[in-house]
Amino acid sequence: MKRLGWRAGIAAALMVIAFVFLVPSMTQELPPWWSGVLPKDKIHLGLDLQGGVHLILEVEVKKAAESYLERVVEDLKPDLRKSKIRVLDLKRRGIEGIELTLPPDQDTKDLETLLGSTYPSFKLEPGVKDEKGRTYLLSLLDQERTQIFKMAADQALETIRNRIDQFGVTEPDIRPQTGHRILIQLPGIKDPKRAIDLIGKTARMEFKLVDEENSLEEALKGNVPAGSEILHESAVDRKTGRKTSVPFLLKKRAPLTGESITDARVQLDTQMGEPYVSLSFDSRGARVFERITGENVGKRLAIVLDDKVYSAPVIRDKISGGKAQITGAFTMDDAKDLAIVLRAGALPAPVKILEERTVGPSLGKDSIDQGLQSMLIGGIIVLILVALYYRLAGLIADVTLLLNIPFILGGLAMFGATLTLPGIAGIILTIGMSVDANVLIFERIREELRMGKPARAAMEAGFSRAVVTILDSNVTTMIAALVLLQFGTGPIRGFAVTLMIGLVSNVLTAVFMARIVFDYLYVHKRWKTISIG
Amino acid sequence: MEIFKSKLNIDFIGKRYAAFTLSGLCILVTLVLLLWRGGPNYGVDFTGGVVIQVKMEKKHTPSEIREALAGTQLDDSIIQEFGETGAFEYLIRVTNPDLQAAGLGDKAQKALSEKLGEKVDIRQVEMVGPQVGEELRKKALYAIFYALLIMAVYISGRFEHKWLMAIIMAGCLIAATSFAAIFGAGVVWLIFIALFVTIAFCWFLTLRFAMAAIVSLMFDVLITMGAFAVTNREISLSIVAALLTIVGYSINDKIVVYDRIREVLARFRKMAFKDIINISINETLSRTILTGTTTLIVLIVLLIFGGPVIHDFAFALLVGIITGTYSSIFVASPILLLWEGKITQSGRNSRPQG
Repeated sequence: MKRLGWRAGIAAALMVIAFVFLVPSMTQELPPWWSGVLPKDKIHLGLDLQGGVHLILEVEVKKAAESYLERVVEDLKPDLRKSKIRVLDLKRRGIEGIELTLPPDQDTKDLETLLGSTYPSFKLEPGVKDEKGRTYLLSLLDQERTQIFKMAADQALETIRNRIDQFGVTEPDIRPQTGHRILIQLPGIKDPKRAIDLIGKTARMEFKLVDEENSLEEALKGNVPAGSEILHESAVDRKTGRKTSVPFLLKKRAPLTGESITDARVQLDTQMGEPYVSLSFDSRGARVFERITGENVGKRLAIVLDDKVYSAPVIRDKISGGKAQITGAFTMDDAKDLAIVLRAGALPAPVKILEERTVGPSLGKDSIDQGLQSMLIGGIIVLILVALYYRLAGLIADVTLLLNIPFILGGLAMFGATLTLPGIAGIILTIGMSVDANVLIFERIREELRMGKPARAAMEAGFSRAVVTILDSNVTTMIAALVLLQFGTGPIRGFAVTLMIGLVSNVLTAVFMARIVFDYLYVHKRWKTISIG
Repeated sequence: MEIFKSKLNIDFIGKRYAAFTLSGLCILVTLVLLLWRGGPNYGVDFTGGVVIQVKMEKKHTPSEIREALAGTQLDDSIIQEFGETGAFEYLIRVTNPDLQAAGLGDKAQKALSEKLGEKVDIRQVEMVGPQVGEELRKKALYAIFYALLIMAVYISGRFEHKWLMAIIMAGCLIAATSFAAIFGAGVVWLIFIALFVTIAFCWFLTLRFAMAAIVSLMFDVLITMGAFAVTNREISLSIVAALLTIVGYSINDKIVVYDRIREVLARFRKMAFKDIINISINETLSRTILTGTTTLIVLIVLLIFGGPVIHDFAFALLVGIITGTYSSIFVASPILLLWEGKITQSGRNSRPQG
């Protein structure tokens, strides 16, 4: 029986492969010789099983385009002056471009030359005449805008990846999605709120001088002087726990921003025992910082993060050497997180949380326990039922049913699929359905026996007829699983993959492997009767 | 051991009008129920909003919890008990779509443990933005539609050798729906219209097996949704996965019968079609019952021991597998006979059952 030997060999090989893929999931530490070509990946557990955070963020790329246009407006002012173009009004219009009003007697020739030489990403649209003059739109070219969007999304992804790396999460999954979205999965995280805060913070750091020429009281009444703004410092009293908000009148222009920061570290104040963050600037930043502190001794310099004042110390002396520190009523975690966002840099645009799913570790553990428990109970009942109903044939079927488990789990490890809670349900369902394949075959064999065929012929006819049905039904279920994989997200994809692996493993065990046993008994050993209930 | 000792001969097809009436009634009740409740009871995945699952140390009434949450953006939430009675787990549900969830779980934990003075475990937080909810709903509908359509192609090909016709039909429908979706047609209606167009196509092209399958699969999905409406359960993303699994299982069941019909047709070329169907159902009946029973056992175990998170999922599968088995015998098979009067006028009353 050469063919039988071959098939048994293939079956054994498949089983060995499945077990090899399962080894990393079953042992805590792999032996040293287990290296190189042998698989090392464990079965991934979904967030619903091990706890963690799933986030979908949208990078608000329009804000990036807005701030780009704002910067261009600032750059345009001196350039227009240099080219002696008189301008009545200059401002940003949405994310379309920049609106610019010229006096009626001014022609656009000089403007066009300026645009052509320095601002190639803008196109001059024909003007509209009004009472003051002519208003033109410098419209931002579409491909330019798309480029800005893309850059912002890419940079945000990079920055967030940096932050998460520094925060220290094992096996984070961070990937871009369509529509400037970012999918983030942080398994096994202990403090989800802190992680989400850290990821979602824009972290635009600015150093701004306190406006001491104008009165804060006047500004609070609504008369904010041009070029200044009111920002708040929020502080929590450590003893009473009360929150206070202190207003500051600051100069709008920020001479120094977070872009100049090269490093940020948490340090401990030896006297007070309080943590603070020490900053290092790059050489340009160091020069600017030296100049500002030198020119403004005795005044206050506010450190502003995302439009919130962190602290506003009085400048006592010129500071050279490119170092500064941020103090404040920090907890250690606050200080650490601030240092991380300053090191990783600011997001080019704010991000919005579109979807958040947090699973606490306790729930995940309960789910695994309950899932495995039901799998065990359901499985045992089915095995007993099949054995009672089909006798020896049923026992053979039971063995092949049990083989499904290493095949499915090994398949999950092999394809790097994620086992989720619906996935466990999927395995349980596949157990139920793989019984179907056995039932189809055995009912067929019984029918053939009833027609008076001898054991071997009945077995062979039963298998070959039932296989057609089994394949047809598995293909259609596979179609449902494929569609699920295509349209599903998160846990559902895990379910689809589990279902697909389960279907393949069904056919493999119920048709291919069971047949080997039956062929051995009735073709090789020439048994004359079938014990099939 | 055998379920049926002697050769079976139950006249299923003869009872088809009674079955049609029963099926029709079920559909009617489901539709009325769904309309009365203003559509399916969508979960947070599809409506957008926030759900926080907390575990407390002792029993609380919903209003106690709501009061404890005052001043946390969660004060107008709906509080539900969740899971077993001894578990003291609650769902805090807010449908305010503008809410940013970052830290909401944390806030809830703080507020609850401060005001109620006990340890509070945040088991799960789910926040879905309204935009994402809308997208997920679209995706789910497309998933069900495409699954049905592709299966229709496979069935028409395998059982009636009408691959080309079915592929062209499916291609046209997919193109038409995606085209209409680009122009912003409402997806829900679009899919419903597309499904009815599909059935109409199958009718005129006499893709009998495909049409019978699609109609009975829609029946299964609809009845399962009806069962969800009756028991006040929510349709969430994993329930959509369950619905698709039901579609997979149910089609599996139908194909076993179809396969047998194909075989019996080859065996008795001159027999009336309805007798052929009867023989096929009877010959596969012990398999149908056996497989259905083992699957049901597994699902009942899952329902009892699987824990609250998987409970609704298991419930959906349970209902779906019962209706799936019913619809194989009493919906899908009789529909095959609808064309009979047209093809051979004598078909219906030709021969006595035998």
